[in-house]
Amino acid sequence: MNVETPLIRTLMAERFGEAIEELGFSHGVHAFAAPPDMIVDLCRFLKEDPALQFDFLSDICGVDHYPEMPRYEAVYHLFSLPNKWRVRIKCRLGDPPRVPSVTGVWRTANWHERETWDMYGIRFEGHPDLRRIYMWEGFEGFPQRKDFPLRGYKDKLNPFGAEGSPPTQPDLATKDIPQGGRSTPRT
Amino acid sequence: MTEVTELSWPETDAPRTREVLLNLGPQHPSTHGVLRLVLELDGEYVERVDPHIGYLHRGTEKLAESFTYTQIFPLTDRLDYLCPPSNNLAFALAVEKLLGIQAPIRAQYIRVMMAELARISGHLLITGALPMDLGAMTALLYAMREREMIMDLLEMISGARMHTSFCRVGGVREDLPDGFFPKIREFCDIFPNRIRDYERLLDSNRVFLKRTQGIGVISAEDGIDLGLSGPNLRASGVDWDIRRDEPYEIYDRLDFDVITSQEGDCYARWRCRVEEMRESVRIIEQCLDQMPDGPFQIDMPTIAFPTDKDRVHCSMEALIQHFDLSAYGFKVPKGEVYSAIEAPKGELGFYIVSDGSPKPFRMKVRSPSFVNLQALFGVANAHYLADMIAVLGSLDPVMAEVDK
Amino acid sequence: MNNAIRDSVLFTTADSLISWSRRSALWPETFGIACCAIEMISAGCARYDLDRFGVVFRPSPRQSDVMIIAGTITRKFAPVVRRLYDQMPEPRWVIAMGTCAISGGVYNTYAVVQGAETFVPVDVHVPGCPPRPEALMHGFLLLQEKIKKSRALAGASLDRVAAP
Repeated sequence: MNVETPLIRTLMAERFGEAIEELGFSHGVHAFAAPPDMIVDLCRFLKEDPALQFDFLSDICGVDHYPEMPRYEAVYHLFSLPNKWRVRIKCRLGDPPRVPSVTGVWRTANWHERETWDMYGIRFEGHPDLRRIYMWEGFEGFPQRKDFPLRGYKDKLNPFGAEGSPPTQPDLATKDIPQGGRSTPRT
Repeated sequence: MTEVTELSWPETDAPRTREVLLNLGPQHPSTHGVLRLVLELDGEYVERVDPHIGYLHRGTEKLAESFTYTQIFPLTDRLDYLCPPSNNLAFALAVEKLLGIQAPIRAQYIRVMMAELARISGHLLITGALPMDLGAMTALLYAMREREMIMDLLEMISGARMHTSFCRVGGVREDLPDGFFPKIREFCDIFPNRIRDYERLLDSNRVFLKRTQGIGVISAEDGIDLGLSGPNLRASGVDWDIRRDEPYEIYDRLDFDVITSQEGDCYARWRCRVEEMRESVRIIEQCLDQMPDGPFQIDMPTIAFPTDKDRVHCSMEALIQHFDLSAYGFKVPKGEVYSAIEAPKGELGFYIVSDGSPKPFRMKVRSPSFVNLQALFGVANAHYLADMIAVLGSLDPVMAEVDK
Repeated sequence: MNNAIRDSVLFTTADSLISWSRRSALWPETFGIACCAIEMISAGCARYDLDRFGVVFRPSPRQSDVMIIAGTITRKFAPVVRRLYDQMPEPRWVIAMGTCAISGGVYNTYAVVQGAETFVPVDVHVPGCPPRPEALMHGFLLLQEKIKKSRALAGASLDRVAAP
């Protein structure tokens, strides 16, 4: 199972030199750490390299390592349909967290990145439509950050929340029709 | 304005059309839950679709960070509530990988059997719900009749009809009850005939065929690019099934076919699910034949409750361990894992970051419905408004899983 | 002549006639939110068959008089539930089905409303996670009992339908 690690590492080193750090192979996944400014090139390379063909983006998610610094991390899980290999790429991000968007490489990254933005406030630069996806427009804070209280802030609808400014109320469905930000990439 | 509209109306004194924004949902009988679609319409044609989700966002991932690993099982039940045993299995596998343990063989068979029962129950609902969305009410009533049989079986095993929470880290909660095998054999005998009934009901129904064949076609390249998985991707001709390609539990001992189809339209997606139910019955039958006797839970008192109570009653250490386990949970070594299984909807992955405490530092659910729903971007353009319902129904999103 | 009158004339109060007609055709909205919706569908389908009690699902709030809140209500969704409630013609009743709708249940988080009672008046609580279809049926029977006891013309029970 582990024979492909040297291959992936060698191919990466040929292209990117020492910038990509290898984190080892565990539980069926090869892990690498990459600097944020290389993420798009790296993803495109992994997807298009004929020996690797990581053509399927499984997941993008954020991790908050508060109070450790650098605080945030964007984690990408890639899968190669022809080879059945899995790769994890981790990107440590400072505060405020910013990372280039990979929507140009996979269209499926669109919602994953919107979710990560909504939950962790990681800004994906170059994303065509970076709106909140779970919470409503106008919601304050990023709920999955470690310093956001689990129960939110107290108001009439949730008397168990933490003390603080009560959350804004969402608009009714009929009001918040999006004006800009066309999210359809093709016609 | 789409090309079709321009062609169908004469150039001279053509009526000027204006794009209309239409809200479909969040309360709509055909959105399978609380999904809201903002549709930009040109006449009857859908120009653009913007799905709004989050109406069922319950904060599962954040909540899991404050729960012990055993307490998270009930939360995973409520992700894809049509097939809770699969979700339990996915989570248990992820934690077991971190711990470096494996459930006993009998437990693995029980889990796989339950996951396949869940797959049937999940697919049954869509088998009935897609025709119902298109106006054929009868199919749902038949499908729900068979679904009740599965509910009865799950209730027999776990005591709950829907949210079984039957898996534990290192095994299952208890052994199969007496009298279970004849019941499930009876189900396996009856069910394939019932599948033929659905086919007779719908495969020759011209309205159903007209409304699904050639509608919402997704090519294989688009499907991969959009991150589709499971039957939705297999219907587009991509031969990928995690059960076969990265076998977990005892799937490598079982003989089953991976159903694919080349068309990639709504009918193919529906058809794939119907065929998969047949394969699931085959898998269940093999599980029943091969299931060995033996323990149903790993013998590690720090992780699983001991199966014989005498040990707890007679030994002080065992009692303390038991108390410790139920009050604080078990510690999981530091590390991270991404573990994916073939859930009924597609690739269900759990990414867990552990900091060595009894609670996960971060739990991310890679839910298949969330990604599958995104495929609406790729297919819904230049379809009639009524076809939207067929496309949405055939993608089979479960909103609790989409919103987590 | 006497017998003919006895056979065809029935003396009752207007209140009991009104409440009989109200409780015999409770039409709930087709409005599933989460897991409980599946048990609600099961209750409506062949095995449990809620139609026996005159309970027929309607797709529009304007045609229905019972709202079954079947699932977790999130903050984002609460205004929608309230709007649907306001759209229903009076008299109207609300069944909170399942732990999430009753109290938020296990989901005591930033996104979830802690019980439907915080923004709509609830008539019957059906506990369970999710409640079995039998429990939902029992909830409907309780609601029928409640309507039976209410007096439409006396006005007491109509106060509650005025929006706050």
